[in-house]
Amino acid sequence: MAVTTPKLNAEKLRADFPIFEQQFHGKPLAFLDSAASSQKPRQVLDAMTTFYETSYANVHRGVYELAERATEALEHARERCRAFVNAPAAHEIIFVRNATEAINLVAYAWGLKNLGPGDVVLVTELEHHANFVPWQFIAGKTGAEFRMLPVEPDGTLHLEQLDELAGSGDVKVVATGYVSNVLGGANDIPRIAAWAHERGAIHVCDAAQAAPHKRVDVQALGTDFVAVSGHKMCGPSGIGFLWGRTELLQAMDPFLTGGHMIRRVRENESTWGELPHKFEAGTAPMAEAVGLAAAIDYLEEAGLEAIEQHEHELVAYALDKLAEISGVTTWGPPADKRAGIVSFDVDGVHPHDVAQILDLDAVAIRAGHHCCQPLMQRLGVVATNRASFYLYTVPEEIDRLAAGLVRVKETFGV
Amino acid sequence: MSELEQMYREVILDHYKNPRGHGALDPHDAHAEGQNPLCGDEVTIFVRFAGDGETIDEIGFEGRGCAISQAATSMLTELVKGRTASEVAELPKEELLEEIGIPLTPIRLKCAILGLGVLKVALHRAKGTPLPAEWQSLADDLQLD
Repeated sequence: MAVTTPKLNAEKLRADFPIFEQQFHGKPLAFLDSAASSQKPRQVLDAMTTFYETSYANVHRGVYELAERATEALEHARERCRAFVNAPAAHEIIFVRNATEAINLVAYAWGLKNLGPGDVVLVTELEHHANFVPWQFIAGKTGAEFRMLPVEPDGTLHLEQLDELAGSGDVKVVATGYVSNVLGGANDIPRIAAWAHERGAIHVCDAAQAAPHKRVDVQALGTDFVAVSGHKMCGPSGIGFLWGRTELLQAMDPFLTGGHMIRRVRENESTWGELPHKFEAGTAPMAEAVGLAAAIDYLEEAGLEAIEQHEHELVAYALDKLAEISGVTTWGPPADKRAGIVSFDVDGVHPHDVAQILDLDAVAIRAGHHCCQPLMQRLGVVATNRASFYLYTVPEEIDRLAAGLVRVKETFGV
Repeated sequence: MSELEQMYREVILDHYKNPRGHGALDPHDAHAEGQNPLCGDEVTIFVRFAGDGETIDEIGFEGRGCAISQAATSMLTELVKGRTASEVAELPKEELLEEIGIPLTPIRLKCAILGLGVLKVALHRAKGTPLPAEWQSLADDLQLD
């Protein structure tokens, strides 16, 4: 029986976001850059303020009540993250600064120990630099080969070419993103992860652009590591998490070393603490973790399925509106297959000029390579314009984008 | 004047659409290229000196990118033609920015001075003089070569 997803009320949710209370160039903000970083609801900001005002002290090993309260808040946040991605255990959630740091953690702590000459590291042409450069770098350091699965301009990966790409190489790591930050399409992670496991490799999933928009279930995905950034999903900047399988995390060396992550320190040798502490050197981003937990609560309250559906509708609306403007090209899969991301080109006008003129109408889009230079080369451009939507985006903002693009064309006489 | 007109005033768009000094010079006495990796703006500049080996007799450029980068380079060619190499090598960027005459954010400032940076590299290289420190630090950002 089909279950109807309750419709998202973006107008109502919008009122939770203080950023929309101000004006830019005398106009309300049409914020179409959520794929870069999302705005924050009052609930997240309040949770962080309350934590600072009532529960702040350094976590773990404090014997006084306040420290205990702070520790509880941090560990509660970890549990919220665990539930959010359906991880088997909370100790598999490692707090990091962002998805980039999460991937670097795996690349260094797993890669330096397990990669060597003759090994192959596989990524795709679709990757954000965060899931490309760390692997290229660690492959270079260890003498492993770095290979890239090509992508079609609409974002399609030909997974049947994986065998050919791997050849007789000893594939050790397959690192792929879940949702493309440029084209918005989702990759078939279960299939890619299964392929990696058949070859005896680990699979690393960059879910930074997926977690804000759709359910990320680490067990259903069948992957080994998942990287998530808090700031793209209504959480504060400076926090994200890595999920990893217990047995892999336990076998890895630490990434950052220092305080908190140790069991015992002697002059000649130190030993490491249990998970997750082994990977959390130094004072934790406590208030940020509290904010991230509040963001997860907020998204769950709105409903991830409802958010996903809302974005499909906005993309469909945007593609229709942009199709009405001659000289505008869009890239990516059909609306019902993508998160709220629309990359486009205005013929004869550089994306920086497009974004600058739109800004005068208080329409904020991103123009550039979006940390995806290999994909830009595949698309045959140096940069694209990208409008991206989230749970607070309303169709009227897309109308303003379309009107702004007409103005861009008039200004440039194209 | 509206903000839009200020930012993309007629003269900028005119230089963008009808760039002055557009095209490579062959042979040439000085030449360099640069690109802004952030937005992919590219500029290559060619210079031919007069008989004195010092005065910029002809200057041409090739490039592609945003309106600000291409218009600024076009305006630059008009600004420096007939001046001496050593004078232009010392030309402060403010003089070009005044000519461009629009408010620029830090991101767009780099678009605006890309052409000037390329020209400075070309002239200093031709004369065997070191690139001033201010431009040396920009040379990495703008991949001046």
